[in-house]
Amino acid sequence: MSVTEDVRVTTGMTRKPVRRRRAPRVTDENGRRIRVWELVLRYALLLAVLAITVGPFLWQLSTSLKGTHEDIFSSPPTFLPADPTLHNYERVADTIPVWDYAFNSLKVATANVVTNCVGSALAGYALARLRYRGRKIATLVFILAMLVPVESIVIAQFTTMRELGLNNTLVGVVLPGCIAAMNVLLMRNAFLNLPYEIEEAAYVDGANAWQRFLRIALPSVKGTLAVVAIFAFMGAWDDFLWPLIVLSDPAKFTLTIGLNYLHGTFANDERIVAAGTIIAVAPLIILFACLQRYFFRGVGEGAVKG
Amino acid sequence: MTSPLPTVKSAAETSANTEVTRPAKTSGERPASRVRRHLPTSPWLFAAPGLLVVAVFILYPFVSTVVNSFTDRRTLIPGEFVGLANFRELLHDDMFWTGLRNSVLYMVGVVPALVLLPLLLALLVQKNIPGITFFRSAFYTPVVASIVVVGLIWVWMLDERGLVNSLLEAVGIGRVGFLSDQWLLLLSAMAVTVWKGLGYYMIIYLAALANVPRELHEAASVDGAGAVRRFFTVTVPAVRSTMVLVAALSSVAAFKVFSEVYLMAGPNGGPAGEDTTLVMLVQRTGTGLTGRVGYASAISVVVFVVTVALMLLVLRADRKEDA
Repeated sequence: MSVTEDVRVTTGMTRKPVRRRRAPRVTDENGRRIRVWELVLRYALLLAVLAITVGPFLWQLSTSLKGTHEDIFSSPPTFLPADPTLHNYERVADTIPVWDYAFNSLKVATANVVTNCVGSALAGYALARLRYRGRKIATLVFILAMLVPVESIVIAQFTTMRELGLNNTLVGVVLPGCIAAMNVLLMRNAFLNLPYEIEEAAYVDGANAWQRFLRIALPSVKGTLAVVAIFAFMGAWDDFLWPLIVLSDPAKFTLTIGLNYLHGTFANDERIVAAGTIIAVAPLIILFACLQRYFFRGVGEGAVKG
Repeated sequence: MTSPLPTVKSAAETSANTEVTRPAKTSGERPASRVRRHLPTSPWLFAAPGLLVVAVFILYPFVSTVVNSFTDRRTLIPGEFVGLANFRELLHDDMFWTGLRNSVLYMVGVVPALVLLPLLLALLVQKNIPGITFFRSAFYTPVVASIVVVGLIWVWMLDERGLVNSLLEAVGIGRVGFLSDQWLLLLSAMAVTVWKGLGYYMIIYLAALANVPRELHEAASVDGAGAVRRFFTVTVPAVRSTMVLVAALSSVAAFKVFSEVYLMAGPNGGPAGEDTTLVMLVQRTGTGLTGRVGYASAISVVVFVVTVALMLLVLRADRKEDA
């Protein structure tokens, strides 16, 4: 549509080319044109909000690239590093084992993704599709578990972990959230929304519960499974309070705890802390850039449940 | 991944031969056949890993928190039943009241902002003008970042010599001690929470706005209502239930605030702990080798009770307005 419009403008075939050029065909969702002043106002506001939301990340990136001899405190501030250098990233690695921490975070996040996907798909299927005595109670158990605020039970989770001898281990970091009740309920809803007829046909053909789950139901809920996977990854990678409580040995820190440690111990050089935060945030921003759709979808589904 | 699956598989296969139950579409619908033989092993094996994790790491700790709150248990000492002694101590503990005050203040400050600002933002990014998907995604970036990253970014932004102060000085206002004054620090932390939550609630509102009938806006337009008037007479009533949802979600989250204040004020919540929040107090009291698990559990019970009360309160307010 807009392409043909442009062609007509440039070839002068329309009657009012000037007006069109000034107001390119920008329409709202109902196809009505938006006035120019409104458009200008909108973009001005959008850019202002952009500066507020993304600006701090860019400032952090800029700080991390500034050399040791560059003044990072100047007023008015210098936004671009005069002589960009990756030296600060080497200095983080000299100060804390940042790559080990990143690897620990990766291990925790990956494990969290696998356990949440497998565990909540299985349990969700059991709640949605299989009939057995006690199903309602099982559903209720997950709903109640979802309503318990984690912050109010962390101390007891910690003592439980001590009783199991898993405090100060990465397994201990993963376990409490490894099959989140909320994910189970998300999967349950996804399975409930599938038409039942195909599974019924498979059932008549003699497929057992496991076959129906794996071959028919599961491939149809890939979208929700992706949402569960992404939020499990993000949740584990970003988590702070629980790893802070359960990990005490600096050798086993995850990235977030390591950053807190770096901040507490070496706060005197902002460039190093900035480089550390960029290392921690970059993977997630890349992940988000690639899989936005699922992030947004997860917000919708999570909000309805949570 | 390997351990739970094989068991489930074999059990499911053996049970399938004798399974006569005809699963109904929803729990409400009863199967036509009255002959039902239950073979409960297979469904329970499907649900078992989830139930086990939730029971051991959520429900048991919850019960254990309540039980511990009536004991003087410490990290390395089992402790004994002390009745309501912990709760009586709470009443006279200044730090507890400081924590409660800060957590409540946090909620009061954050919730109105998180109910209103993301709605305005959603209206701003609602229209499909060129490049709007970029802006939507960009506004969501703070949600994706870890709270630790966000906290440290703002610690540096609001530093005595940081970017915000450089800018304030450049325009002649002068430097502000955002992180040194007790109240300014709490306010700054609230601003960070709002900043990080904007994009999340924006997406929730966008979904709600998509369901607002276009005709309402047009009718109001024809009647001569301006943008502001239409916002209050059309948009707000249409997304009211979403606003209640956002209020519920954000108030519960704000009351349980930990990371922002921990990172900005330090582990002790300032020199004299004046910026301590309730969850910070739980973490500080209950962990470490000398942690007072019993007392921390009593504070946790308060956190739990307030959280549940908040949810009920907001939901009730919603129902009342409906009636």
